[in-house]
This record gives sequence, structure tokens and C-alpha cells, in this order.
Amino acid sequence: MWRIVHQFGSPPWVYGFCDRVIPWLLPITVVALLTGSVWGLLFAPTDYKQGDSYRIIYIHVPAAVVALAGYYVMALAGLVSLVWRVKLADTAMRAAAPIGAAYTAIALITGAIWGKPTWGAWWVWDARITSMLILFFLYVGVIALFEAYENKTVAARACAILSLVGTVNIPIIYKSVDWWYSLHQPASIKFTGSSAIDASMLYPLLGMIITFYALFALLMMLNLKQSLTEEYAQSAWLNKRLTA
Amino acid sequence: MYFDSAADALAMGGHGAFVWGAYGITFLIVFLVLLRPVMSIRALNAGIRQEALRKQGAQVAPENAS
Repeated sequence: MWRIVHQFGSPPWVYGFCDRVIPWLLPITVVALLTGSVWGLLFAPTDYKQGDSYRIIYIHVPAAVVALAGYYVMALAGLVSLVWRVKLADTAMRAAAPIGAAYTAIALITGAIWGKPTWGAWWVWDARITSMLILFFLYVGVIALFEAYENKTVAARACAILSLVGTVNIPIIYKSVDWWYSLHQPASIKFTGSSAIDASMLYPLLGMIITFYALFALLMMLNLKQSLTEEYAQSAWLNKRLTA
Repeated sequence: MYFDSAADALAMGGHGAFVWGAYGITFLIVFLVLLRPVMSIRALNAGIRQEALRKQGAQVAPENAS
């Protein structure tokens, strides 16, 4: 058990792990992303009420789901970095921020594009949408805050505190459609009881959610590898790896 | 396939620009966030290799001079 914990804190081990997994995960994710998109765009049936504009669901929902899950990754890494002062944890926290920002941007942009033909407006200041916009600012805030400090140890600590405080926003996003009267519909997929969505639409949607998680993992490893290469450019272990 | 023709699939029942646009923007964003670390790693690795070669050269050079 302690050996595993020790490995997660070891830069050469994490670098090696990313280096081994990326060549497999990259092609698998790209193929899954293309397959899932073609399935959702061309093979899933049309919605009887919304017509074909509903097909945006296959990217909108997965992006939003993983944007929220990604925040836990960032906040948890921030917590580990604050409490145990593990340098790799703040590298992980910074690796998660741009991915989360990109996913949140995708959710917001595709939501706006979906909103126009469905609600008649690109944007409404609705609880769900506004809290997602705050999530985007939190991700961007962590990136900007880290750049703002000259001393990177202080920067990492400030980012960790910001990401932990921002966790308050997550339950608000989840509950926003129940707490406030909202244009945004509540969740159709339920873990308990039957989902309000037919299997012919549910399977491609679940497939895309899994694919977006895999893409998050892939981007996380790429960003980690990038940061480690930058931080340990002078180290013996990396030089040996690269020149061997 | 759900649609009868390629033109039907492109039109998406009149919502073609919205649906294809949303997918287009998504793929563009995904491509950019993938490209950034890949290009950066490539550039950093090239720098580290070059530096290693330079150090190696510096060690060999004095021996050649004598």
C-alpha cells in the first residue's frame, strides 16, 4: 500500500507511467470520439419533439459531466498539495485546470448553440448556465493566479486554496435545476430507477461520456508529462531517458 | 444510417448549421488542447537532447586539443 502511495509521489515513476500509457490511450480515444460522434450524428434516432438539434446532447452532456468531475480532480490535488506539500500534487492540479476550462467551454458553447433553436435564445441568465460560467471562471482563475505570482511555491498554495473554496460551486451546479425554476431540464439519466431516455439514445450517450472521461485522462497525462519535462529538464533521470 | 441521404444528414431537419457547428467547435477545441502539450513536449525534448550533446562535446573537446 505505502509503496503505491510512494510511487504516485515519484516524478520518474509518474513520467514513465504517462510515457507508457499515452501511445495506447491516444489512438483509442480518437477512434472512440469519432465513432461516438458518427453514432450520435447519423445512427441514433431523431427526437420526436426537438428534431435533429437534440444530437448536440452527445457532446454537450459528456462535456458538462466531465467538467464537473474534473473539478474534483483539481480540488483533490489542491488539498493533497496543501496538506502534505507533495510537489507532484500541485503539478497535477495545474494539469487539470486547462482541461476543465476546455470542457466547460465546450459545454457552454454547445449549450448556447442548442439553446438557440430550442429555447429561442443563445444565452439566458439561468441558474444552471450561470453556475457553469462560474465554474469556467474558477478554472481560468487557477491558471491566471498561478501565472500572477513570481514565487511558484506561493502560487501553488494560492491556487490550491482557490480550487478548494470553489468546490462550493459544484453542488450548486448539480442542484441548480431543482432549486430554481429553470429553462434547463433536469437529469434524464438516473442511477436508480429507469432513465427517461430510450436505449437507442442512451447507449451512444453513455459511450460518449466514457470517451470524454478517457480523453480527460489522456490530456491529464499529456499535461503531466509536459510539466515534468519542463521541471526536470536538468535531472539525471530524464536526461538518461531521453538520450538513451 | 438513420438518414435517407447525405443531403438529409447535412440538413439535420433544418438545424444543420447548429448541429454540425457545435461538433465542429468541439473538435477544434479538443484538437487544440491535445496539440498544446504534444508540441511543447517535442520542443522541450529537442532542447534537452541538444544540451546533452553540447555537454558531451565539451567533455570530449579538451582531450582532442592535447
